[in-house]
Amino acid sequence: MNESAERLLKAWRTPKGWRYWSAVNNSKIGLWYTITAFGFLLFGGLLALVMRIQLAFPENDFLTADQYNQVFTMHGSVMMFLFAVPILEAISILLLPEMMGARDLPFPRLSAYGFWAFLIGGVFVCGSLFFGAGPRGGWFMYPPMTTQYQTGVGADIWLLGLSFIEIASIAAAVELIVGVLKCRPPGMRLNLIPLYAWYILVVAVMILFAFPPLIAGDLLMELERALDWPFFDASRGGDPMLWQHLFWIFGHPEVYIVFLPSIALVAMIVPTFARTPMVGYGWIVLAAVGTGFLSFGLWVHHMFTTGLPGITIGIFSAASQAVAIPTGIQIFCFIATLLVGRVTRSVCLLFVLAGLATFIIGGLTGVMVAIAPFDYQAHDTYFIVGHLHYVLVGGTIFPIVAGFYYFYPLITGKQLSERLGTIAFWLMMIGFNVSFFPMHITGMIGMPRRVYTYPAGMGFDNLNLISSVGAFVLAGGFVVFLWDLLRPKGGQPTAPRNVWNAGTLEWLAEVPDQPWGVRSIPIVESRYPLWDQENFVRDVDEGNFYLPDAEEGLRETLVTSTVEATPIQCLRVPGPTFLPMWAAAFTGGVFIFGTFHWYIMAGVSGVLAFFTILAWLWTGTAIIPEKTEKNVGLGLTLPTYVSGPAAVGWWAMFITMLGDMTAFMSLVFGYFFYWTVHEDFPPKDVEGPGVLWPLVSVFCALAAWGLMLLSRKLNSRKNGSLFYVSTLTSVLMTFAAAGALIAGPWLHNMDPTEHVYQASVCVLVLWTVIHLALGAVMQLYAVARRAAGKMTHRFNADIVNVTLYWHFMMLTAGITGLTIALFPLVS
Amino acid sequence: MNISASQSALDFAGKGAERIAELFYWMTGGAIVIWIVVIGLAVYAVMSRRAHPVRMTHWLVIGGGAVIPTITLTALLSYGLAMLPELQEPAPKGSTTIEVAGVRWWWRVNYLDPSGGRIVTANEIYLPVDQPVEFKLTSEDVIHSFWIPSLGGKIDMVPGRTNRLKLHPTREGVFHGVCAEFCGEAHAQMRFRVVVTDQNAFDEWLETQSQASKSSSEMAEGEAMFLSRGCSACHTIRGTSADGMVGPDLTHFGSRLSIAAGVLDNTPQNLARWLVDTHGVKPGVEMPAFESLSGEEVDTLVRYLGALQ
Repeated sequence: MNESAERLLKAWRTPKGWRYWSAVNNSKIGLWYTITAFGFLLFGGLLALVMRIQLAFPENDFLTADQYNQVFTMHGSVMMFLFAVPILEAISILLLPEMMGARDLPFPRLSAYGFWAFLIGGVFVCGSLFFGAGPRGGWFMYPPMTTQYQTGVGADIWLLGLSFIEIASIAAAVELIVGVLKCRPPGMRLNLIPLYAWYILVVAVMILFAFPPLIAGDLLMELERALDWPFFDASRGGDPMLWQHLFWIFGHPEVYIVFLPSIALVAMIVPTFARTPMVGYGWIVLAAVGTGFLSFGLWVHHMFTTGLPGITIGIFSAASQAVAIPTGIQIFCFIATLLVGRVTRSVCLLFVLAGLATFIIGGLTGVMVAIAPFDYQAHDTYFIVGHLHYVLVGGTIFPIVAGFYYFYPLITGKQLSERLGTIAFWLMMIGFNVSFFPMHITGMIGMPRRVYTYPAGMGFDNLNLISSVGAFVLAGGFVVFLWDLLRPKGGQPTAPRNVWNAGTLEWLAEVPDQPWGVRSIPIVESRYPLWDQENFVRDVDEGNFYLPDAEEGLRETLVTSTVEATPIQCLRVPGPTFLPMWAAAFTGGVFIFGTFHWYIMAGVSGVLAFFTILAWLWTGTAIIPEKTEKNVGLGLTLPTYVSGPAAVGWWAMFITMLGDMTAFMSLVFGYFFYWTVHEDFPPKDVEGPGVLWPLVSVFCALAAWGLMLLSRKLNSRKNGSLFYVSTLTSVLMTFAAAGALIAGPWLHNMDPTEHVYQASVCVLVLWTVIHLALGAVMQLYAVARRAAGKMTHRFNADIVNVTLYWHFMMLTAGITGLTIALFPLVS
Repeated sequence: MNISASQSALDFAGKGAERIAELFYWMTGGAIVIWIVVIGLAVYAVMSRRAHPVRMTHWLVIGGGAVIPTITLTALLSYGLAMLPELQEPAPKGSTTIEVAGVRWWWRVNYLDPSGGRIVTANEIYLPVDQPVEFKLTSEDVIHSFWIPSLGGKIDMVPGRTNRLKLHPTREGVFHGVCAEFCGEAHAQMRFRVVVTDQNAFDEWLETQSQASKSSSEMAEGEAMFLSRGCSACHTIRGTSADGMVGPDLTHFGSRLSIAAGVLDNTPQNLARWLVDTHGVKPGVEMPAFESLSGEEVDTLVRYLGALQ
């Protein structure tokens, strides 16, 4: 190993001993994340077996009704929130940088934070089951059952524990979007990026817009549970349907959020075994994007039986059919690729085919239930249980198993057994179909979902027994698979490099793998550079491309432009630290203590989280480099510090704020939903917040925003005094805006527990005030950075990002003020 | 449990269920054909040793992925949605109208008298055959869903709203109804019976339901016990001073087919069990178990309730 390689290795080496857990590199975080998510899959699977034991016989008493209700609630919640979404983020964190020849994702500490948050939140939520305190309202948590008729902490654990994990999911989504857009190798234009990256981009954007409505819904429900704000209480003007809308605006895209990444794995596997590039690359990308868009227009098909007007039902029925078309195009592209190539058979491909055969059945029954009249019968029956498992097991789990067989050698250097894989395949295929196919019939002959038992002699008995037997055969398949993963492989020869002879960059990984990812960051000219570019592997290995060295001993990767992927920055990414772990533990504390109403502990935990995150930002972001530019190889010199839209930090802020605005708009949607649906909103005899104070607030926020624009300009002066004056004045205006906003409802004695109108106004005020407080913290942070010499007239990323936050802040404050002040006048 | 009654959406006995079953069979047939073709193609693609030209596969993607699905789905939508107006239209004016409220975990049933009054019963619905019937559905607590699979589709009962549903039975018989929306602990046991009869039998039944319970001297002891043991705090028996509104109206309890909202057949043994082991029969139910009753007292109550014809 030459000197440059040694330096590179030193910079990227994973810490040893207990410090191992301070690693933040994508290869470690991604691995832990994958293992944890897989662990939750097994837990969710055990819960399913417990349910199948209970349902094997009519009027069985293996579980009580209450235990069964907790178990089915947790099965759904674990599989969706703790397995399906996290595993796709885990696999992406692990593999995406490798597929793009990057050394790491742009925000390693954020990935680490997301992982620890996921682990803590997941264990907390699952643990509740062992104390009989689990949530018992179904994974859909419909109020008013979950607001007024379930005491105990179960529902709070669901709301707060899973909100915490949803926030971590959004963090990962931000990371992945920026990763795909900014961290590609030079030359990898948008039309050359691996299909996996396209899918992940689409999915991450979907997460960004789908999760916030759910988080807004969680907030409303927790406010009703904890403080009695009647958002879903019909007797005080609330409406349980608002929750259903918010939940399914999240819930339907969610199906595609878990399905598309698995198809993405298939899109990597199929060309490899067909030995030919994917047919219809452009169609697949369009289809993936189209699916993403359409999936946001289908949520009402989960609500066909709630009594909506026929026209609404017709429109959503048609839209739900339409999504079958992009899905069909993707499937036919895969088949076309298999036709074009000469196929090498393997266990991987068996699982891909299993996924296809299973998923298509789920898709076809999906088309059936999307026809509203049929849904009137099928809805909430075992037909749906059958349908959704064909979709999710076929569309998610089988492709993921295929992905495990495919990528296992890349991660561990050892291959999985084809023989054990074939046994696992047959057990899973037979077990799955024996278990779930009869459910279609069980449902059609009238068995509803979510029943802990059923009467004997109704025709349900044999079908349920068959389903239960099948479930155990399926579980047997997983046991074989798990054994294959875990069995000692010491005696087994290591797999050759690029064992499947694939064409994409992740297969540059050496055996055994090196922590640096790639020896040098290549120039890419093809979708399958390992197949098409001459001497490619040798050039990468010999360090003939970019960044083959770490002269300063720092971890570095390339940032490229969004469309053309021309190099624009040499990005220094942070190395090992425990800060994200502590930050996650303390943020977790806020949610966990909050669940039990231990508000002092929650407050202390919140303060600790706040300072930990500040320390993390202070020490890890926008660091002024020792030299402003550096030679990255091949005669190219790149800046080491950029700000504005060229910087990954700017993109992260921008994308995060899009998600934040989506949550806010969901709350605004709530306000207008009540107005549309209820004649007495706002109620005649109730005083609103008035016009004066909300408008004063808007004015102050406007001033604060204007001053921030000024501050950004003033920061470019060498003398910082005017910058300080402007920014500190802006802080004062921020406080004034918050004060005026609170004054409106306060001075008019609006009691949020009285009617949903007051509650809706107060929740908008609450949201905005919290954001103003956060805005003030950022303003003060910028002042402190400049005072400490961490931000200068030239190195201005902090103030640029804070101002970006303020653009969105202004929108939030403006919409809140104008809505609560003026809307009562026109309605 | 004696089940001759049907809970199957495919064993249809109503116009809605019949149309939807027909839709189901058509779609299932089509789905099977599509699945066989696509999977056959995929298996061929894997097995085939020949490399097929790329150009040809482009047609496959456009045809199989876009053109054929678009045509099929358009046809299906036209066929499927065409039955929506018929399923959704209200029953003609003057049809029997029934208000049903979902209550954890039973059903409050009011027949609207043309004169404007309400005829109150619970957990059992009689319908005249070959007549459209209009339901007005509400909830008194959480979301429930009203579903009689053999007669037609379901619709949710949402607090603060009134949903409506038309059913049109076409065959006489006894059918099962269930709550289809998860509504808490005893969701699995929120059931009811539906009896479809000819018009005469229906009119007769409704007439009986509209009257107060007949009392006789043999019933006096049971009635006194019903009142003194606190049953009347929750239950109404018209013709006595029992006027509780929390639980089901029991005025004609003895004529019903089931107890505990469709959970047990209405036999004296089952009723005795229900009174003493209430939560064993139906976990979570709001009614307290009357364990302190002696065997004799239980017999008296059972006899009394059975006599409420």
